[in-house]
Amino acid sequence: MNNLELRKHANDVRKGIVTAVHSAKAGHPGGSLSAADVFTFLYFEEMNIDPANPQKEDRDRFVLSKGHTAPGLYSALANRGYFPVEDLKTLRKLGSYLQGHPNLHIPGVDMASGSLGQGISAAVGMALGAKLDGRDFRTYTLLGDGEIEEGQVWEAAMFAGHRKLDNLCVIVDNNGLQIDGPIDQVCSPYPIDKKFEAFNFHVINVDAHDFDALRAAFREARETKGMPTCIVLHSLKGKGVSFMEGSVDWHGKAPNDAEYEIAMADLNKIGEELEKEGEA
Amino acid sequence: MADVKKIATRESYGNALKELGAEYPQLVVLDADLAAATKTGIFKKAYPDRHIDCGIAECNMVGIAAGLSLVGKIPFVSSFAMFAAGRAFEQVRNSVGYPHLNVKIGATHAGITVGEDGASHQCNEDIALMRTIPGMVVMCPSDDVEAKAAVRAAIEHEGPVYIRFGRAAVPVINDRPDYKFEIGKGSVVREGADVTIVATGICVDSALGAAEKLAADGISAEVINICTIKPLDEDLIVSSARKTGKVVTVEEHSVIGGLGSAVCDALCAQLPTPVKKLGMQDVFGESGSASALVAKYGLDAEGVYKSVKEFLA
Repeated sequence: MNNLELRKHANDVRKGIVTAVHSAKAGHPGGSLSAADVFTFLYFEEMNIDPANPQKEDRDRFVLSKGHTAPGLYSALANRGYFPVEDLKTLRKLGSYLQGHPNLHIPGVDMASGSLGQGISAAVGMALGAKLDGRDFRTYTLLGDGEIEEGQVWEAAMFAGHRKLDNLCVIVDNNGLQIDGPIDQVCSPYPIDKKFEAFNFHVINVDAHDFDALRAAFREARETKGMPTCIVLHSLKGKGVSFMEGSVDWHGKAPNDAEYEIAMADLNKIGEELEKEGEA
Repeated sequence: MADVKKIATRESYGNALKELGAEYPQLVVLDADLAAATKTGIFKKAYPDRHIDCGIAECNMVGIAAGLSLVGKIPFVSSFAMFAAGRAFEQVRNSVGYPHLNVKIGATHAGITVGEDGASHQCNEDIALMRTIPGMVVMCPSDDVEAKAAVRAAIEHEGPVYIRFGRAAVPVINDRPDYKFEIGKGSVVREGADVTIVATGICVDSALGAAEKLAADGISAEVINICTIKPLDEDLIVSSARKTGKVVTVEEHSVIGGLGSAVCDALCAQLPTPVKKLGMQDVFGESGSASALVAKYGLDAEGVYKSVKEFLA
């Protein structure tokens, strides 16, 4: 898929995030928006998946270890055709299948998550299962940079490195902010890349919002044999919404009606620019 | 009674895994550096490629098992009960229970019969913890025969299962031709009319010994073996309580949240009956031999006998 199409999809994914969180009056827009481009890249280009057959046996697997950014995953799944985009407005509401954090009742979701540090272990289990049976699907998991403060992440990383799970791609969304503030002020996990290298990962640092860079990174991950890969995404929290960008306040807060209008205007403007770019 | 065959249920677990390994190619076994103690080493010897040592990292091990189950494997996760149900409780709850995955947890070294290692390793809380997870089957077999049957039943059951095994060798009490095992079914192992003793795990043997002593005093005790604590065979317990009017529960576990609590829950709702709960009375254990500890905490035949006498007095 060309980059312009990917950028349009990513913008739609962002609109879905903002709309869902606004409708829910709760949720986590900041880390959903910082990861919107990687969600888009994974579901529209990288992964072997079929929205018409979410349980396809040898599909690539994705585990959202940073489960609180469910609005990002749900919006990507909806825009990819797993379920109606309109349903995003039911996020977190009583009776909706779009729970506050992912579970297995949602089409396209491969693992329940939300308690930080646990998703990566499940992803490691999936990758191990593929190796044991000689199956060739790949497993991807997305972690927050605050999430890697959880000890279980490093238990999982140690195991994946030890077992040389080259069918596993761990992605860390390094937007630099967690609930209580900048990650390097709360309990610094830096250097992230050197830590994963020490756990026997191949590590790639990449601009999270550059599709050429993402494409190259995921290709490099696929071509890396004998060790798992960790892609460290250098991202901007709240990316795409002017007043959310780089602001820790928008980690886990919903926009009110006025803020929602501004956010959608920001994203509509980006959408219009992308249309013009297409015509040019 | 000196010639009664004794086998630790952890040994039965290892043997059952090895046997099922041939029938179920999807069966894999995970351990956290305790394969010699949990007896998953027996499986490892037969199927080295299907035995996954996760190192000393139980929380990750449970998550890996979750992932394996999602790609078609039937994982058995093993560690000491303290770590499998205790340390990794939240992983069992969120990564296995909530998504209702086909993961089996074989927890060994449960209760005070861990013995000399002392209170840090004597898990008297695992049944309570596991019972609270929706959809989790919780079993505590009483001997070698039942332990092997429980492991087979677990693999045939679709969904999460917790099975509790012990470290110490215990008498084989279910070795009879008509023995049948079914998840959720208890069994009357001795009929009686004056009091019902509901026991689980190694305490079933103590209850039978106590019933023998009570008989000598002219007291007819009915003994019920409950292997599956969840789902509980409520009908069996209620019908026995209706007959005897008094119930004693016996478990190598805290009296808070375990078999005793489960029995009380059932009786409260259906047939309020006086119940005496025997087990660890809200205390930690300590170092000592398994037999000395069981005697000290009143869970041997003599201790159960005395408690029942007091209760009936």
